[in-house]
Amino acid sequence: MKLQVPLAITFLVGLFMAVQFFVPHEAGRDTFTTLLAWGRIVGAFALVLGIHSLLRTHGDKVRRRRRDWPYSLVTIACFVLMCVIGIGFGHDPGTSFYWVFSHIQVPLDATMFSLLAFFIASAAFRTFRARSVEATLLLAAAVIVMIGRVPSSINLVLGQSGLSQWLQERMPDVSEWVMNFPTIAGKRGILLGVALGAIATSLRILLGIERSHLGGGSGEGG
Amino acid sequence: MHLDRRWVFVGIALAVVVPVVTGLTLPLGKIAPPTVMVYDAIEALQPGDPIMIAVDYGPASMPELHPMARALVRHCLSRDLRVIALSLNQQGTVLATDILTTVGPEMGAVDGEDYVNLGFKVGYSVVILGLGESIKQVYPQTADGRRTADLAIMEGVDSFEDVPLVVDLAASNIPFAWIAFAHERYHQQLAVGITAVMATDLYPYLQSDQLVGIINGLKGAAEYEQLIDEPDFGMLGMSAQSMAHLLIIVLVIVGNIAYFAAGRAASRGPERTSEQ
Repeated sequence: MKLQVPLAITFLVGLFMAVQFFVPHEAGRDTFTTLLAWGRIVGAFALVLGIHSLLRTHGDKVRRRRRDWPYSLVTIACFVLMCVIGIGFGHDPGTSFYWVFSHIQVPLDATMFSLLAFFIASAAFRTFRARSVEATLLLAAAVIVMIGRVPSSINLVLGQSGLSQWLQERMPDVSEWVMNFPTIAGKRGILLGVALGAIATSLRILLGIERSHLGGGSGEGG
Repeated sequence: MHLDRRWVFVGIALAVVVPVVTGLTLPLGKIAPPTVMVYDAIEALQPGDPIMIAVDYGPASMPELHPMARALVRHCLSRDLRVIALSLNQQGTVLATDILTTVGPEMGAVDGEDYVNLGFKVGYSVVILGLGESIKQVYPQTADGRRTADLAIMEGVDSFEDVPLVVDLAASNIPFAWIAFAHERYHQQLAVGITAVMATDLYPYLQSDQLVGIINGLKGAAEYEQLIDEPDFGMLGMSAQSMAHLLIIVLVIVGNIAYFAAGRAASRGPERTSEQ
């Protein structure tokens, strides 16, 4: 029963959502709107579950003094602080929440992300080698797209020469061509594969073959 | 070739910091057609038309996406469009407030009449489908707690049918949900502003007309600033990005020259750990 009821709900709701897409009847549309409202409520509960999981995981780590537990303490303290000042005093401009977000969270997030530039530059220097035909093609495409994105930088290397002018005019077009044809050809193949996989997985879930979302198993139903 | 990677880090730091500090601006060159397509789609709207801008990114992507959000809102308000902002990323709602409260007053626009921030809702696919049925039902209140139905800006706006264009600014997979649910189900006209690394994922949808345009990364933001003739951080940031790209190209070339000079066979072994 514990298994059959969720499987039946999944099958019936999934079937209804698929059918109503093609049948624009008012009754179906009303039910669809109601189900969407339920979906948003379930989504909000998922947020609560996420918060519970965060607090339980980090709380447990602090209680048992596991490795790096002070970081978990900071996580919990920051969570509580943001909740108190956000729920208690609002999040409009001028509030404490807004100040903490703008002056602490934004610089921290931006700093973490900007580190990528350093690692990409270092990795490009160390590993981007024309070791094979494929690697050479990849290298050429990367250089073309990079120059195409910043054509004015050619000036800094070649000066105001004729070659520089020619490259500045042509490289953005070549870069767009690389993005629009060879790249999209490969990407489309991947997208079609992903879409077929998603359809297959959806069917498996609706038919109760895939059950990992119910928890407690590897996913293969008996 | 042995080069302590700290020198690479110093080079990148200088390449980024010097143009920003000195205010160096480099010419952009030719504007990419996908950026012009977004500009044209907004130009095609009539004054008073609503436009929905989804601020679906967090602070990590601000350097690329915030300048384009600012430029877009500037363009929309200058054309007297009604800007309805919302966010499907929990951090995006504060960023939307930041844009609207800085650009709005600067353009002489009024909150609740010319622009509004509806805020964040959890569960993006369900929210997008809900917006296609009733915006006021999904968002009964704005981000700052006003009743959506009471606002002048929401007059005659209740679903995608009443919104001629949605622009999603994102650094995640949310644009795919907008395409799948807003465009495919409700035939909503859709444009996106994305980080450059996402461009290859979204270009196929531009080619199939599921998107009316793409603003691609910081370059797209700078191009948009040039199109509306309002140079801002996008243009400044592009100089830093140009220098960083240039340095990376030089590093790749130097690395390959060293590789071939050392001989292919010798270099086929593992990279030196001292450089890592």
